[in-house]
Amino acid sequence: MSAALKPKHQRLVLVLAATAALIAAALLAAWSLRNQASYFYLPTELVAKPPAAERAVRLGGMVEAGSLKTAPDGVTIGFVVGDGKARVPVTFRGITPDLFKEGSGVVAEGHRQADGTFLADNLLAKHDEKYVPREMQQMTTQEARQKVEATK
Amino acid sequence: MIATAGLAALWFAAALAVLQLFSGFLALRQPDNPLTPVVRPLAMAQAGLVAFAFLCLIIVFVQTDLSVALVAANSHSAKPMLYKVAGAWGNHEGSMLLWVTIMALAGGFVALLEKRLPEPTLLATLGSQAFVSLGFYAFLLLASNPFARLDPVPAEGNGLNPLLQDPGLAFHPPTLYVGYVGLSVAFSFAVGALLTREVSPNFARAMRPWVLGAWIFLTLGITAGSYWAYYELGWGGWWFWDPVENASLMPWLAATALLHSVSVLASRNALRAWTVMLGVVAFAMSMVGTFLVRSGVLTSVHAFAVDPTKGTFILALLAINIGAAFVIFALRAGTVSEGQRFAIVSRESALVFNNVMLSAVLGIVLLGTLYPLVAEAMGAQVSVGPPYFNPATAVFVVPMLVVMGIGPLLRWRRDKLGRIKHFLVLPALVLAGVAIWLSLRGVHLMPLLGIALGTMLLMVALVPLKGRRLRTVTLPLWGMVVAHFGIGVALLGIACDSAFSTEKLVAARVGETVSVGPWLIRLGRIEPITGPNWTALEATLNASYGGGSTSELKPQARSFWTPVQQTNESAILTRWNGQLYTVLGEEAEDGRWQLRLWWKPFVTLIWLGGALVALGGALALLGRVLSDLRRFIAIDKIAYRRQQQGRL
Repeated sequence: MSAALKPKHQRLVLVLAATAALIAAALLAAWSLRNQASYFYLPTELVAKPPAAERAVRLGGMVEAGSLKTAPDGVTIGFVVGDGKARVPVTFRGITPDLFKEGSGVVAEGHRQADGTFLADNLLAKHDEKYVPREMQQMTTQEARQKVEATK
Repeated sequence: MIATAGLAALWFAAALAVLQLFSGFLALRQPDNPLTPVVRPLAMAQAGLVAFAFLCLIIVFVQTDLSVALVAANSHSAKPMLYKVAGAWGNHEGSMLLWVTIMALAGGFVALLEKRLPEPTLLATLGSQAFVSLGFYAFLLLASNPFARLDPVPAEGNGLNPLLQDPGLAFHPPTLYVGYVGLSVAFSFAVGALLTREVSPNFARAMRPWVLGAWIFLTLGITAGSYWAYYELGWGGWWFWDPVENASLMPWLAATALLHSVSVLASRNALRAWTVMLGVVAFAMSMVGTFLVRSGVLTSVHAFAVDPTKGTFILALLAINIGAAFVIFALRAGTVSEGQRFAIVSRESALVFNNVMLSAVLGIVLLGTLYPLVAEAMGAQVSVGPPYFNPATAVFVVPMLVVMGIGPLLRWRRDKLGRIKHFLVLPALVLAGVAIWLSLRGVHLMPLLGIALGTMLLMVALVPLKGRRLRTVTLPLWGMVVAHFGIGVALLGIACDSAFSTEKLVAARVGETVSVGPWLIRLGRIEPITGPNWTALEATLNASYGGGSTSELKPQARSFWTPVQQTNESAILTRWNGQLYTVLGEEAEDGRWQLRLWWKPFVTLIWLGGALVALGGALALLGRVLSDLRRFIAIDKIAYRRQQQGRL
């Protein structure tokens, strides 16, 4: 079959086949990005517009002072993430990042459960001045603004 | 003083690059102008000067010369010597200087060693290399001067991020950079060949060793980086689809495709335009990677040397270099004549198929990595992780691996599947058998497919050796067999890790015994210890495999004081059939200690496979270089004999 193709045609067929494969890849990527990208929520947003229960999202806010509790197994913790307006209870099983503490910022990766609590698979806390999750950099400026507004 | 010398050398090198650019391209129009003979020496002198500047930077770091702003920001007199040296490139400015150094050295070596290319193409190549490096010189000298001074001189430096205080820092970034920047040579070759209309098998043979070299270093860099992240981050994972990891994977995918298409061009004179385009794309991916890593536009667990204000500069360089290359490509692609034809069932077809699959995977990784940027521009903050990357890449990787097994068995130009049928019966049976056995044991689809496919690849990878006397097998063929075998090994490791890993997270008292997989682990004691610039709590774990003799593991929770930070140092015990991975957490209020333990069967195969792939590349490179050498010696001999005869 291919022996009958003229040189020009073989190049054309190759280009078309490659383009088709790449378009298929792009469509697949677009489709799964819509379904799989995990969105960033502030507690207010998570309460106001809750995402579907099993969908992976990130929740960012401050760990409320006095809310951190350790379960009897010694490795499961519960705490409340708030942004001054809304509060979301979070459960996490694992070793917490080093700078994770009450009163400081955290980004929790996980999903909302049917009862409204948040189950975190992973916690990102501020590592040092040079490494801050970008969502948190922005969060602290938002908070700073809120504080300025509040003291006016 | 030393810093000033370094800066002067850098300016001087930049000036030479301007001259190299000018004379390299002038030679295209007027081949016999007086500047033509100086292009090669210029490239070599430039390499020498930049290497000197880089040496100066290392010296100021070793001396902890705090009058240099970069040293004050990233070093500390109390740091161990290894990290003082490695600290020179563990930051933004230093790593950019490393980039320019490797780029200039690559250009210098091309000027020194390349004898196969026609002289005009070589000069255009060196001109293009100078063009690309000029952008980076401008970046270094105008926007991120590594030798900038501080006045007054501070009393002490800030220290180096503790996560980077690891022997990995000394080797991982330079290895990866050699790979990244080595692809600039492929880029310049492609541009040079387009400008002089010299896209030919001869050009492909000249380009192949450089692509192979860059690709070997990329492979090693990614493999080593993956292992480094695995033991340093303490999360038990070896690949996180993090933007910085993707930044190194994308050039590797493009370079792998380029490596194979350059072979088709060299031996079959087909895929001409495609090879040239891949040369441009591969270096474009290196630059995209540098942009992603250096600009800090994306959240990453590995981003350490980040400066957001400088992202725009790299983006502009990227646009100029790649834009210019694509314009040349668009103007000249029409003049690249069609190569040799081939049938649908042929080795060329298999290679084209895999090239397209690699490009598709590259596209998926690129889109997934850039999507958060696009979404942010539209006001939404998203992150993209394994739930996207794993299935979307698997769609293309699985057929690619099947064809990777079959392709090398096919003949060039035209073949029949019937001829190789009998080679494939046994592997196909093994594939089916392993798949059925695993599904009965309740293994999930993806790991199951991985293990079955990996086992099959180990078998078919060796088939090209069948019926040959091993002594007569050429080095490049050995290289291909070893590299493809390595892919199978790595795939087995990946699949076994995800199918059979067991994890345990507990709070244990001192003296308590915990089990994970076949292991019994006793928490012996916890005691404080001190290092050169840290203190730590160290646990002693006594681990026994299946009740046998015990071995000791000592995971630590470290506290550094310059800068103040805590890290978890995992302790890993390697057996022939896997690794025991232990992390010490915090002390709970009731005096119990958090322990995170993993038993990861055959996880080491992942990095062993990566090393085999790199070894395969090294064998092929050695084979090519040796046969080139033999050829030149033979040519010299003939020339000498002719001369002798002439005299008689």
